[in-house]
Amino acid sequence: MASDAAAVHSNSYETYLDYKGKHKGIFAWILSTDHKRIGILYMVALLSWFLVGMALGGLIRLELLTPGRTIVGPQTYNAFFTLHGVIMLFIFVIPGIPAVFGNFFLPIMIGAEDVAFPRINLLSWYLYIIGGILIILAIFLPGGAPDTGWTFYIPYSIRTSTNMIITLTAVFLLGFSSILTGLNFITTIHRLRAPGMDWFKMPLFSWALYATGWIQVIVTPIIGITLLLVIIERVFGVGIFDPALGGDPILFQHLFWIYSHPAVYIMAVPAMGVISEIIPTFSRRTIFGYKFIAYSSLAIALFGSLVWAHHMFAVGMSDSAEFIFSLLTFMVAIPSAIKVFNWTATLYKGSIQLDPPMLYSLAFIFLFSIGGLTGIIQGALSVDIHLTDTYFIVGHIHYVVFGTAGFGIFAALHYWLPKMIGKIYNMKTAKVAFWITFIGFNILYFPFFIMGWLGMPRRSYDYLPEYQVYHVISTVGSWIMISGILLMFYNLLKSVYTGKRVTERNLWGGETLEWTVPTPPPLTNFEKLPDVTVGPYEYKQNDIEVEEVK
Amino acid sequence: MIAQASNFVNETDTTFFIIVAVCVFFLLLITISMVVFVIKYSRKRNTKPVNIHGSTALEITWTVIPTMIALGMFWLGWVGYKDLSRPPKDSMIVDVTAQMWRWNFKYANGVQTDTLYVPLNKDVEVRLHSLDVDHSFYVPAFRVKKDCIPTRTNIAWFRAEEVGTYQVFCAEYCGLNHSYMYSAVKVLPEYDFNMWLAGKAQKTTVANTGSGSVKTSHIVTNSGN
Repeated sequence: MASDAAAVHSNSYETYLDYKGKHKGIFAWILSTDHKRIGILYMVALLSWFLVGMALGGLIRLELLTPGRTIVGPQTYNAFFTLHGVIMLFIFVIPGIPAVFGNFFLPIMIGAEDVAFPRINLLSWYLYIIGGILIILAIFLPGGAPDTGWTFYIPYSIRTSTNMIITLTAVFLLGFSSILTGLNFITTIHRLRAPGMDWFKMPLFSWALYATGWIQVIVTPIIGITLLLVIIERVFGVGIFDPALGGDPILFQHLFWIYSHPAVYIMAVPAMGVISEIIPTFSRRTIFGYKFIAYSSLAIALFGSLVWAHHMFAVGMSDSAEFIFSLLTFMVAIPSAIKVFNWTATLYKGSIQLDPPMLYSLAFIFLFSIGGLTGIIQGALSVDIHLTDTYFIVGHIHYVVFGTAGFGIFAALHYWLPKMIGKIYNMKTAKVAFWITFIGFNILYFPFFIMGWLGMPRRSYDYLPEYQVYHVISTVGSWIMISGILLMFYNLLKSVYTGKRVTERNLWGGETLEWTVPTPPPLTNFEKLPDVTVGPYEYKQNDIEVEEVK
Repeated sequence: MIAQASNFVNETDTTFFIIVAVCVFFLLLITISMVVFVIKYSRKRNTKPVNIHGSTALEITWTVIPTMIALGMFWLGWVGYKDLSRPPKDSMIVDVTAQMWRWNFKYANGVQTDTLYVPLNKDVEVRLHSLDVDHSFYVPAFRVKKDCIPTRTNIAWFRAEEVGTYQVFCAEYCGLNHSYMYSAVKVLPEYDFNMWLAGKAQKTTVANTGSGSVKTSHIVTNSGN
């Protein structure tokens, strides 16, 4: 799709879209080690998978419209929510922002020509694609789609006859893709910053990717080895986790969450980075508390790796474990709160323009606040005992994961896609799509909190009639939200083909380096490598104007 | 609204609503600030932005105050949980066995049922077992939940404080009929409960078809599938 866009550019320089290497057609893309092309490859794959995940989510909501059977039986329903979780988490939001926008913009933002290991970067994309193909195989091969939930809890994942081994292998490969991307970004940030680009002149998006990179590299191997052990257990009957073979099922839960809790931050921290770019740009002023936002990303990466067992408060741990994990859970809220306060303060005395990227960013702050605060509610031990494994947690996970990583991706798409392809979408349509999506989101997910408080267990195919009113509201919300998202996708896709051409370098008035290069960016990013002397959000003209007023 | 039928309800609900109130306060604070700033400093009204790089005093304020509030909320949750996790010594013991997809409740005298009967205002300790995969014993009306893990015995307890019938759910996903794995807990006055238990004990040697001998209760066959 993007290669069509390439043909019409007749700039004086060679854009990365025009570049003719030794390969032709699709091979010029899938064999390219250019970080920008790899970013586009990821974008096409990720958004396609998102549509699949969204369709599954829509089917789940449709099934829950009435108690008992609405459209499918329980086995299909269980496969639906398993695949919805696996696709949305492992294939969409975990690669998400780093794979698409990190790849495309990180080198440009720190003044580099590419990432540190361009070939490994392409290898990550192939691992990602193979992981996706395996998931497709797991759905359609005999044995049937996995039905364990995305958490693969043992002993059920040992007992089920569905295609577990393929699914686990897929997640294993996706994990390696993630590790390699993280490794690449850490190295790039350490080694390839332009002259003068010291750590505290880096845009906050790079800081976010740096913190994320460390989480990916440190915790992803744990899920890799854990899933490998499950495969060994299933194939060779070695007792590791399965109590029937003398294993310990709780051990699996610990190892799973040692990865999967920090994974929430792999999704959320890059989105926070995106928001930290967009808010100053559309407020036309310097960001409030740069260092506090940068350091809080690192604090989240650190604390976030130490709270995993708060997913297991009802599992029967020792009192001291419950005490410590609950305490740390409350502490991890603090760096997130610091970010929210600093973003809000950045609006103060700005000159705010509500263009689509800004709308998504403000929605992000609102949804992330609800997601974070409902996390606090569940951090309290006695309350969590009541709420865990109910719809409350399902509401929380959707506000946190979709409200931050999802809305972060939508914000980034509206912010950076015009820069990437040199064409812009229809502003009015984008705003309409935003409001439909945002309103639908809240109608869809907010009732989950009420249902959860009333005791509705999660992952339930059927439910008692007393919960139906909330399910109906929620399902109607899903129709509204899906309409909004489809309108947004239509608008963005249309811009790729028939969007208005943009050639100006700085579309929104941003101060980071990607806005100093031509649109779309040249093959090697910079006409000449920048020499950085000021921080990322200085907005010098504001200070000059103020002095003139005096 | 959700039924309130055990000794834990007051404390858990109070903790919940205190934390919810704090959360609503912060959510409103953030949202109202955002909306006010967006309106007041819109590009139409304010064409001249001002650079403010930050304020250490503010950063300290909005780190320290939320930390203190968070510690307070943590403490409330911990205190409530401590009570939940320690059954009193003289509790009545019921063995709860979960399996795909039904519940079995076994009393000290050997009586087994698929609906849980408990006496009013008496401490009941449930010992949770599983025969196959992970399940979770959940009584929303009591605010009690604990996982049933194979080869382990988890313990939970409660003191029912309202006569009535309440849902028992399986809260841990356990396969095909997970959503049908529910039962009920029936809270009877102590005398009625003892009568029921004695009546059941006599009948255990005969076919276990339910009990009509006690007026205040009859067994509903409420097994999972």
